[in-house]
Amino acid sequence: MAVAAASGRGRVDLPAIFRDAALAAVVALVLAVPLVGLQTTDQGSNALGIRTRFDWVAYGVIAVFLGRLAIGYWLALRGRRAAAGAASGALGRLSAAVSRHSMVIGGIGFLFAVTFPFMPFSSNYLVDLGTNVLIYVMLGWGLNVVVGLAGLLDLGYVAFYAVGAYSFALFAQWFHLSFWEALPISGALAASFGIILGFPVLRLRGDYLAIVTLGFGEIIRIILVNWSDVTGGPNGINGIPRPSFFGLPFLNPDAAPDDVTTFSQFFHLDFSPLQRVIFLYYVILILALVTNAFTLRLRKLPIGRAWEALREDEIACRALGLNPRNIKLSAFAIGAMIGGFAGSFFATRLGFISPESFTFLESAIVLAIVVLGGMGSQLGVVLAATVLVMLNEFGRWFDGVPLLEDMGKFRMLIFGMAMIAIMIWRPRGLLAHREPSLRLHAKGAPSLVGEPAE
Amino acid sequence: MEYFLQQLINGLTLGSIYGLIAIGYTMVYGIIGMINFAHGDIYMIGAFISIIAFLVLGLLGITFVPLQLVIVLLVAMFFTAVYGWTLERIAYRPLRGSTRLAPLISAIGASIFLQNYVQLLQGARVKPLQPVVQGGIELMTNADNFTVQITYLQIVIIVLTVALMIAFNGLISRTPLGRAQRACEQDMTMAALLGVDVDRTISLTFVMGAALAAVAGMMVTLYYGVIDFYIGFLAGIKAFTAAVLGGVGSLPGAMLGGMLIGLIEAFWSGYFSVEYKDVSVFMILVLVLIFRPTGLLGKPEVEKV
Repeated sequence: MAVAAASGRGRVDLPAIFRDAALAAVVALVLAVPLVGLQTTDQGSNALGIRTRFDWVAYGVIAVFLGRLAIGYWLALRGRRAAAGAASGALGRLSAAVSRHSMVIGGIGFLFAVTFPFMPFSSNYLVDLGTNVLIYVMLGWGLNVVVGLAGLLDLGYVAFYAVGAYSFALFAQWFHLSFWEALPISGALAASFGIILGFPVLRLRGDYLAIVTLGFGEIIRIILVNWSDVTGGPNGINGIPRPSFFGLPFLNPDAAPDDVTTFSQFFHLDFSPLQRVIFLYYVILILALVTNAFTLRLRKLPIGRAWEALREDEIACRALGLNPRNIKLSAFAIGAMIGGFAGSFFATRLGFISPESFTFLESAIVLAIVVLGGMGSQLGVVLAATVLVMLNEFGRWFDGVPLLEDMGKFRMLIFGMAMIAIMIWRPRGLLAHREPSLRLHAKGAPSLVGEPAE
Repeated sequence: MEYFLQQLINGLTLGSIYGLIAIGYTMVYGIIGMINFAHGDIYMIGAFISIIAFLVLGLLGITFVPLQLVIVLLVAMFFTAVYGWTLERIAYRPLRGSTRLAPLISAIGASIFLQNYVQLLQGARVKPLQPVVQGGIELMTNADNFTVQITYLQIVIIVLTVALMIAFNGLISRTPLGRAQRACEQDMTMAALLGVDVDRTISLTFVMGAALAAVAGMMVTLYYGVIDFYIGFLAGIKAFTAAVLGGVGSLPGAMLGGMLIGLIEAFWSGYFSVEYKDVSVFMILVLVLIFRPTGLLGKPEVEKV
């Protein structure tokens, strides 16, 4: 901090940089000694042992020292402000380019997504992975309405996902509804949960809202675990029906009952389990695309404008006669509904659900996707979701390659760090070169809406 | 009656732990107006450092229990305080003056990071600790042979909490540091103009909050005998609820709220159902926020344009 101020631009005050780096190294040493240097090891029968890892501490401290030295040197060389400007300027230009060509990039992405299952390299595993990515994309787009557009921090998004999944499972169990029949109902149920939760708490300040939604997510999970008569408790619900193609099930004709025409029989194809995987992929692709089109349209409607206005300045909105609670409620309900749809799909895809799939970690992952992708940016969400799901697979792909194979384990560590870093350098998200949807003056003219003041 | 008394004792013990964590929330909220979402994880780190310190002391052959407790307490407070300091320095200070949502998201990032950091370094399994302080005093026994007991550990926890509270209150109300802290709470710009080092004061607030959370971490390690990397999540929410219940920004409020939450949890598990005890706490959070957002001892907050 003092480094740049003392040295000014272009001059390098080496002793100060060294002092700074040494201080950082000392702090790193203190931090690392108890938790990195000493590891508790299980020794059976409730006993713990201690193993030392002081070599790790040494590497860590050296890394911090050198890293801090490099950063300090770079900052001093360029001048603090110029350095920060350069870093964010490059990213800014990149994201500006991305947003300028968003139609092209989106179109290419769309074409790729549609043809993906029939690419020569695609396999059962890859299509399944693609389905996974798309679930997160859909959840991310849903949460984007709440966090990115309306500026409400929802930490319990997974609750609506759970409501969607369980309502479909229960409707199928009790009323024998098929996936397509239950889909609108579970969406509506999730939305009404959103309204029930939102109604009392949405007049609260943003950070209170975050904690309440977090608590709500936990309440739902605790109820799912403990209300065994209905939800099956920790064991969850089994035997959730799989979706059918307009009434044609994806079954092996040999195993299917005689009075049922299976998908492969109807189209005179050879039966293959891949057919269902591909079908599920297209179902979630369509759901996600509908979500995307829906939210993009909403942004152009008065309600979408109101969301963005509310995010920028609630008091001004109130002065203009908008009802903040109703506007927030609509964002909350729509986000919840999308989460509910995704939940239903999740249930039908696996055929089995349990409360374990709906922990806070899941909410955190979706939030991380939205934040890292750029709040309000649709393409950013796709990118972040892809990276997150892929990182999880690194252990499988790079088995035996040091470092890369462990990326799956490190992914939340990395995402946590990235969330902090992005808030510091680009508080609107990595790919968020988002022009306000509506602007009073022509481009270039001074506008009230813009990056927050430093 | 006997059962009630037993739950009261358990509730007060639990409440002491929540209260100590809640102080960290309330102080940080008071001074920079943000929820330090990672505070629960700082407490978890305090618990891990305590358990490691106990093991190291065991290896060194120091077995005199009071000495063990004092050393572990100091060690845990010191190291956890450094974690708190670093957290503020890295994740929050650069965001001062940013949008409202930014520090909150950064805090969630920090929370995710700390949880995974400990999980990767120390393993995901629960960590058991052999009981350090054993025994207790039997207060009374009723006709059904139900014995009301207060363990020595519970006495240690409650007494230590009360002592820390008194010391801490003195620190805030009498020392120059406390004065600076209260000044920053009221008006940061004005305090800076009058020569208060705002950055240093905020750093010290985090350090104090983390040190108290470390005490809570040590207590919970001793009390339950098992910890894992995930304990900070629930305890964090509960302590935050305690801070809100008592009135965010008020120190006695945090302690009062902590005690109330501890009592509610103990009585709820004692008389209704253990499974839904966490739900009871969340319900209280929602109810307080709806009906009395300022909490029991808090001052109303006026939003200025």
